[in-house]
Amino acid sequence: MAFSMLVVIGSLLVMVAVVVFKGAPALSISMITQTPRGGYYLGKEGGILNAIVGSLCLAGGATALAFVISLPVALYLEEYAGKSKLASFTRLSLDVLGGVPSIVYGAFGFTFMLYLGVRASLLWGIITVALLVLPIMTRAMDEVVRAIPLELREASYALGATKLETVLKVMSRQALPGILTAVLLAFGRGIGDSASVLLVAGYTDYIPHSLFDPVATLPLAVFFQIGTPFPKVQERAYASAVVLLGIVLSLSVASRLLTKKFMKYVVK
Amino acid sequence: MKRKLKDLFASRIMLLLTVFSSLIVFVMMFTLFQRSRLILTTQPLSELFFSSSWRPLSGEFGFHSFIIGTMWVTTLAMIFAVPICLLSAIYLAEYAPNGVRSIVKPLIDLLAGIPSVVYGLWGVLTVVPLIRDYVAPFVGATTTGYSVLAGGIVLSIMVFPVIISVSEEVFRTVPYEVREASFALGATRWQTVKHVVIRSSLPGVAASIILGFSRAFGETMAVLMVVGNVAKVPSSVFDPAYPLPALIANTYGDMMSIPLYDSAMLLAALILLLIVLFFNVVSRIILLRIERRSM
Repeated sequence: MAFSMLVVIGSLLVMVAVVVFKGAPALSISMITQTPRGGYYLGKEGGILNAIVGSLCLAGGATALAFVISLPVALYLEEYAGKSKLASFTRLSLDVLGGVPSIVYGAFGFTFMLYLGVRASLLWGIITVALLVLPIMTRAMDEVVRAIPLELREASYALGATKLETVLKVMSRQALPGILTAVLLAFGRGIGDSASVLLVAGYTDYIPHSLFDPVATLPLAVFFQIGTPFPKVQERAYASAVVLLGIVLSLSVASRLLTKKFMKYVVK
Repeated sequence: MKRKLKDLFASRIMLLLTVFSSLIVFVMMFTLFQRSRLILTTQPLSELFFSSSWRPLSGEFGFHSFIIGTMWVTTLAMIFAVPICLLSAIYLAEYAPNGVRSIVKPLIDLLAGIPSVVYGLWGVLTVVPLIRDYVAPFVGATTTGYSVLAGGIVLSIMVFPVIISVSEEVFRTVPYEVREASFALGATRWQTVKHVVIRSSLPGVAASIILGFSRAFGETMAVLMVVGNVAKVPSSVFDPAYPLPALIANTYGDMMSIPLYDSAMLLAALILLLIVLFFNVVSRIILLRIERRSM
């Protein structure tokens, strides 16, 4: 049993190590500070700045949009809906939604684009990815909010606060570290997702200037570069994957550290 | 008074958002169904599901080889993943010292966040050549390496974190007294695990496996990169396959120019959604029951 544990951890670590060792030598300053020049996909000059900026815009926008919806929902589920049918139904529905493959989200966003007759753009990417991270974020926040001690709320009500005031000024402050973790978790998930944005965000060599421009993303940059037959471009795919991994893993570590830091504002 | 009004107003908005988020799944199903109705009315169901002739240009859309391809890859992944994951979860829940657990659990969470493209890249880099140069010659087969087997291996590693974390949670909900009762009867640790812990958490373990299965079923990019994408029913694990999600991802570019093509793609998405939803609902209901029992 300890052996199978080793196999699991080992294979996951080896995977990260292989990609990092293969990609790190190909990584250079120009890779991350330039957009692709002419003939980039044939092995000429350029970088993946378009994809880095695109990914950050897309995941950032999506996380913000999902946050605006999921914080009220999480608070509502706990403080207003209580143990009602609506609450348990919403939780089940969100759990199930969280299991839906990202390519289906892509197809879903795509049907809306068909209805409206619009082209792939940053805006649609943001909407689709926001839907994708919504269940993850909401359920993570829900768990945190649920753990807030009842006494804290009762103290607030005893002072004559309304539900809204309790929720905004007491509960969300107490849940702050957990909310932060949920947001970063969602951001990491959003930036790493590729299948959904493939259909709705398009791909371009330029940095997006408005919400209606198509946008490049890092995972797709990896995917398209590994698909070319040129070894030099394939090396860049590994380097792009290292950039992506770096962002995702540092987010994950940052969320742990920040959670610890913010714990001091929490009433124990 | 103003505070009361504000409270009322906010609670209505929150209710609205909650209802909205609980209905997303249904909206998704409905719109996909709407768009795929076109192909459902022009082609008989039997043709769509049991014909393997995939010629979009002449209007033939047989999903058979794609469905079988998905099945092959997913089943293979589960065959690899389930024993290893369950043993690891048992180890983590029952045997591992606290120090090990406190390192391994966050590590698994961390690794669960790795984007699927990275898994796919690793598959292209390591698994595919390994199969081409060592595994296939060893059993006397020739292959490009881009095969069902490669897809299965990459997928199995992707579902490790899901199955392990869920089933470990389930094992831990078994009350400690039950274990002590078993020890008191003179059972060894393994006997206790086998006859007491596993038996009482069987539904939960099933739920964790189903969750892993549905995750693997819908996974797109990593599989797309290593499975070869040939629209034919595979006859061995060294043959390439073409799973449903990969089909949707690969053909969106020329979807618009061929009539019925977009409808067929969205039907593929609908099929995927329905299958995954079914599995997810089942496993979530099992897990909810367990959660209630443990409270």
